[in-house]
Amino acid sequence: MAMTYVQKLLARACDKDSVATGDILELPVHLAMSHENAALVINQFNEIYRGTSREPSVWDPDRIAIIFDHRVPAESSKTATNHKKTRGFVQQQGISKFHDVRGDVGGICHQILPENGYVRPGQILVGTDSHTTTHGALGAFAFGIGATEMAAVWALGSILNVEVPGTIKVVVNGQLPDGVYAKDLILHVIGTLSAEGANFKVIEFHGETISNLPTSGRLVLCNMSVEAGATAGVVPPDEETVRYLRDEAGVEGELELLAADTDAEYDRVVEIDAAQLGPQIACPHTVDNVKPIDGVKGKKINQIVVGSCTNGRLDDIEIVARTLRGKQVAEGTRLLVFPASWRIYTDAMDAGYLGDLIKAGAVVCNPGCGPCLGIHQGALGDDEVALATTNRNFKGRMGNPGAEVFLCSPAVAAASALSGVITDPREVN
Amino acid sequence: MSKGKVVLKLANDISTDIIYPGRFMATVLPTETPQFAFADDKAFNQLLNEGGVPAGSFIVAGDNFGCGSSREQAASCIKGYDITVVARNFARIFLQNSINVGLQMIICPDINAAEGDELEVRENKVWNLASGESFDIQPLPAARQAIIDAGGLIPYTRKLMLERAGQAL
Repeated sequence: MAMTYVQKLLARACDKDSVATGDILELPVHLAMSHENAALVINQFNEIYRGTSREPSVWDPDRIAIIFDHRVPAESSKTATNHKKTRGFVQQQGISKFHDVRGDVGGICHQILPENGYVRPGQILVGTDSHTTTHGALGAFAFGIGATEMAAVWALGSILNVEVPGTIKVVVNGQLPDGVYAKDLILHVIGTLSAEGANFKVIEFHGETISNLPTSGRLVLCNMSVEAGATAGVVPPDEETVRYLRDEAGVEGELELLAADTDAEYDRVVEIDAAQLGPQIACPHTVDNVKPIDGVKGKKINQIVVGSCTNGRLDDIEIVARTLRGKQVAEGTRLLVFPASWRIYTDAMDAGYLGDLIKAGAVVCNPGCGPCLGIHQGALGDDEVALATTNRNFKGRMGNPGAEVFLCSPAVAAASALSGVITDPREVN
Repeated sequence: MSKGKVVLKLANDISTDIIYPGRFMATVLPTETPQFAFADDKAFNQLLNEGGVPAGSFIVAGDNFGCGSSREQAASCIKGYDITVVARNFARIFLQNSINVGLQMIICPDINAAEGDELEVRENKVWNLASGESFDIQPLPAARQAIIDAGGLIPYTRKLMLERAGQAL
């Protein structure tokens, strides 16, 4: 039977000849990731063992990753105590993939996993974070789960009752015009599918535009696939996947590159001509409220945020630094930059980007998730308007239900930082 | 099953940021999360905290309830009040979290009810006693229903773990 990429991956993972949409499988887990919510996972994990004669013991300490990123350094004594408890658990259980609040190994989980070579094609990867879909960019079947589900994974080493999802095939051909990026492409896809259009499904990306897209861009596509409701986003692995894993993530050893069957059945096929795309903006208060930039140009912006697991990578920071070099952020607008990891922060520092940004008036903050979800720095005031390269614009998202968040690419963020209003980067020299 | 009033009627795409705003995420324990349920809807949050919502009440929502974050607090905070959520459909992670922590939720693709209406759940239907209409409930797959029947994922996993280790509870 012809299978999609994920169907093939799942069949391989549970040692079957084939699987079909709707089959319910128990899957072995290759990597289980948590961040600060490990504190809740630990609580639920201990609950599983309560009343039994067994000591709580994780199934494989080398397959669990814990990364502090949501509130770093701790913003409150409550968080600091959660961090402390989690450190104790990590030590007690011997969890090896632990990334503490440190300038050498720290960062946002969805950057730490790829850049450290933890993600491989063909993996079953679960994370207690909805943007775990990011790792489909390297050919993993990666999806978000809740804390109790993760506790069960830690105990059993497998994830129970996963329904084989149907798949939406997104085929992108043509060259992205100057000033238009992977972020614009995925916003366009979300606007097309709607916030629930891919619920319980996988989005599989194909086409020459995807083939030519570096992994940094593929991470953006898969990261935001969840904003259309998708269980996972995936780019079937290719030469670029291997290049990234070998050259940027230091992965050695054999890699298995599965491919979708050419005659696989898809629930829906969406074809996109990249050459026709312009910059896209997701307007308040849903991510699928996507408009071409012409519809919102000139909107006054109080705060611009560049960063997050979506667009805080070196190429994103480079775009903003190059645009701002020798110029100034507009009066009345604040520009906050949060690199996605300390490795990126250091690379941006060595390349001179951080100096460009700071001299232009940007505030460069430490890597973390904080402002994206309004939990640590960068909160908005009443009636303020933010423009962000992050991934969600829900009411209250940046810490204030009385504020508005617009989502965009780093290029739009940079052009808008100079003018203080939403600006088309194609119109800026 | 239960009978109760609709205490909150919501639109489509209600995100986990609306159900449990991110700024309260450092609070994780199911015993502590209910105080922040719908925190940005000050009137409803106050009603909840003052004990003004009887157990067995209903929240009725449209499509894609619980979209966004994987935060389990969004499910545990509602469960703390013994409220049942009836929605046309749910976002994937929220649905799974609800099953895992034992939040009562009902997938009811055609539900039509207003705040104040009394609902009754029986015979695989939601009955709106105010309008006299009834709406079919979409059953969960058997594998998911089994977790609910076990009382949530923790007891379900405990049993499975012990079985696989060849031990009795």
